[in-house]
Amino acid sequence: MPEHLLSPGHTACAGCAQSLAARLVLDAAGPNTIIVNNTGCLEVFSTAYPDTAWEVPFIHSLFENAAAVASGVEAALRQNGKLSETRVISQAGDGGTADIGLQALSGMWERGHDILSICYDNEAYMNTGIQRSGLTPTYTSTSTSPASKSSTGNPRPKKNVVEIAVAHGIPYVATASAGFPLDLQKKVKKAMAIRGPKFLHVHVPCPLGWRHEPDQTYQIARLAVETGLFPMIEFENGKISGRYLIAKLKPVEDYLKPQGRFRHLFKPGAEAALKEIQEIANRNIERYGLVKTAT
Amino acid sequence: MRIKLTAEPGSARNNKTGSWRVERRPQFLQKNCSACRMCILVCPEGIVSGKEKNSFKTDYLYCKGCGLCAAVCPKKDIEMVPEETESKK
Amino acid sequence: MKDFIEGSEAVARAVCLCKPGVISAYPITPQTHIVEGLAQMVADGRLKCQFVNVESEHSAASVVLGAVAAGERVFTASSSQGLILMSEVIFNIAGMRMPVVLACVNRSLSAPINIWNDLQDSMALRDSGWVQLYAENNQEALDLTIQAYRLAEDSRALVPVMVCLDGYVLSHGLEVVDIPEEDKVAQFLPPFNPAEKLDTANPKSFGLLAGPDYYLEIRHDLHQAVKDTLKLIPEITADFKRIFGRDSGGLVESYRLEDAEMAIVSAGSVCGTIKDTVDNLRAEGKKVGLLRIITYRPFPEELILQALAKVPMVAILDKAISLGATGPIYADLKAAFQGKPGKKISGYIAGLGGRDITPDTIKEIFQQLAGPEVSNQFIGLKSSF
Repeated sequence: MPEHLLSPGHTACAGCAQSLAARLVLDAAGPNTIIVNNTGCLEVFSTAYPDTAWEVPFIHSLFENAAAVASGVEAALRQNGKLSETRVISQAGDGGTADIGLQALSGMWERGHDILSICYDNEAYMNTGIQRSGLTPTYTSTSTSPASKSSTGNPRPKKNVVEIAVAHGIPYVATASAGFPLDLQKKVKKAMAIRGPKFLHVHVPCPLGWRHEPDQTYQIARLAVETGLFPMIEFENGKISGRYLIAKLKPVEDYLKPQGRFRHLFKPGAEAALKEIQEIANRNIERYGLVKTAT
Repeated sequence: MRIKLTAEPGSARNNKTGSWRVERRPQFLQKNCSACRMCILVCPEGIVSGKEKNSFKTDYLYCKGCGLCAAVCPKKDIEMVPEETESKK
Repeated sequence: MKDFIEGSEAVARAVCLCKPGVISAYPITPQTHIVEGLAQMVADGRLKCQFVNVESEHSAASVVLGAVAAGERVFTASSSQGLILMSEVIFNIAGMRMPVVLACVNRSLSAPINIWNDLQDSMALRDSGWVQLYAENNQEALDLTIQAYRLAEDSRALVPVMVCLDGYVLSHGLEVVDIPEEDKVAQFLPPFNPAEKLDTANPKSFGLLAGPDYYLEIRHDLHQAVKDTLKLIPEITADFKRIFGRDSGGLVESYRLEDAEMAIVSAGSVCGTIKDTVDNLRAEGKKVGLLRIITYRPFPEELILQALAKVPMVAILDKAISLGATGPIYADLKAAFQGKPGKKISGYIAGLGGRDITPDTIKEIFQQLAGPEVSNQFIGLKSSF
């Protein structure tokens, strides 16, 4: 058995947090796992014919149907009595999860399949060239929401796919980050021990699309959490059961500034937009109780 | 079926991504290492190995030189050095 | 055992006899009776199978893809908009060489929305890499379904098979059908045991990205595999006859073509009407016949050329059209006869959206065939509307 279940030789960009997170997930899940993957960066960089980086059974079909394909895999395992010893993971990027793949994913959750679904959220369609998705944050400059004279970037807030998952009444929903590797692996192990549908939303910086240096991946992932812009939370049976408490809250500028996709927010006249992003972080902090209050 | 449509596990190892590295490579100094394993955890290629203090190393056959291992090392025991200088050694 | 049943029930009984491990489907008229029947069999405990009720046809096709990749025999069914919604997965299933069996209960395509029969839905997917079989009657719908599994899962084929039966005409029409015995089906159809599947003991990756260096060869291989079923299908129908004692299925059926001066080429249940009309016209001394296409993909070009070699006038009755061009069977036939002059080949479109094709429609086609050669002549268009 190799040390890691995602082999080197894949063609992810240097410093790609999705490749990092995918390996952490799979190492935590173990070898008795079948991976079903939507189309996207992860699939493209890991399975260029005739090779694969996966050390476990892997199947990719289309952009939006991994959850349905995984449902079929799970049904087959249920039928042939192998479900007790085999775990199924269905995974996708942010577009494959929250946009084009949401219907199939909702169906999978609703039907109660024993599958862990994972969203590797790099907040845009990176594989096709950094186009805006439903999980692109407010005022992000992307190739289809470019910031310019008449635009401050993506005008809409990030879709709350976590609470959409919770609304399905599934037993376990959590968020995690490439900046917190051990926490991510702990959540994968916890999810794998639960029977039924589970959802794990993992925040993964993309040096190419976010326009930061490859060696900043880890730090930027942590800053998203430490500013309150990406809450690390857990829901069990519909109720919030865990949260990462931010010890030293940082202003959103700390997170935004190193990223080229937010560069326009640091030019004169963008103060209101910056303030709005800070308010998003404040609302997250309040909604999920991310900072210990001195009461 | 004449043409094989599936791939063998881990066969991506055929693709030596170390050739991507043009500017910098991580040098594991092996002096102040505390064996915290952060470099293993954050390597996107999964190619850093080691157990004991000051025993950690990476696999240059695959290392793309992203520099994450050096960036996260709490002891500053991994240094990014120019690729050219090193290869001339 | 003989029973008086709908075509839908015939397909459901056939599927049950083939014992799939996973069935997934989404409701659409006129396909629903098939999966309702199967759901009842599962609920009654007569069929030990996972029945996955999905949220769309796209997911139905995806579920069976996943399940067959994990080593289970599978079934799904659809019609019309449902099949077209599936189409992305339909192409993908063939490209991944997954032996899925699907029943298409043929229905028109929107707009205007119309739930009645023609062949536009399955014909739109003729380029997908699936074997397409067209049933003339309920018995054939049952037989083709059983044969479809044998063909799809044959290690020499590994291509998906679509069994097409006309909506309402067959799906809701009652006919006497001979239901085969379970042990004979078991004798005909070996257990599904694919050489490669999703298996943690042998972890392969499926559904790879193939660039320009590989894609062309892989598609050629699929094309060849689909074409090669032209050799497997006669072998399978011969074995079917040996076990069940019935000639059923195959590539084409020649009906009274010997000495024929005119022939119609068509597919599906309309061929029953054409046969009756041929019989009546023959009784009047007219030398007419029918060539029924059972296997439309792969296209049995050689057999068609042979069967029609001595027929000087050929009409193609298409219940579908490539809008702005011609009927699909006509286009294939014209291509097959290229470089073979001296034959009149005319294309007619009829029956779209459930418009009745009666013996009079068939007679009109034979009459028009005597006139000028046409390529996409609509039959039965009202002069005032």
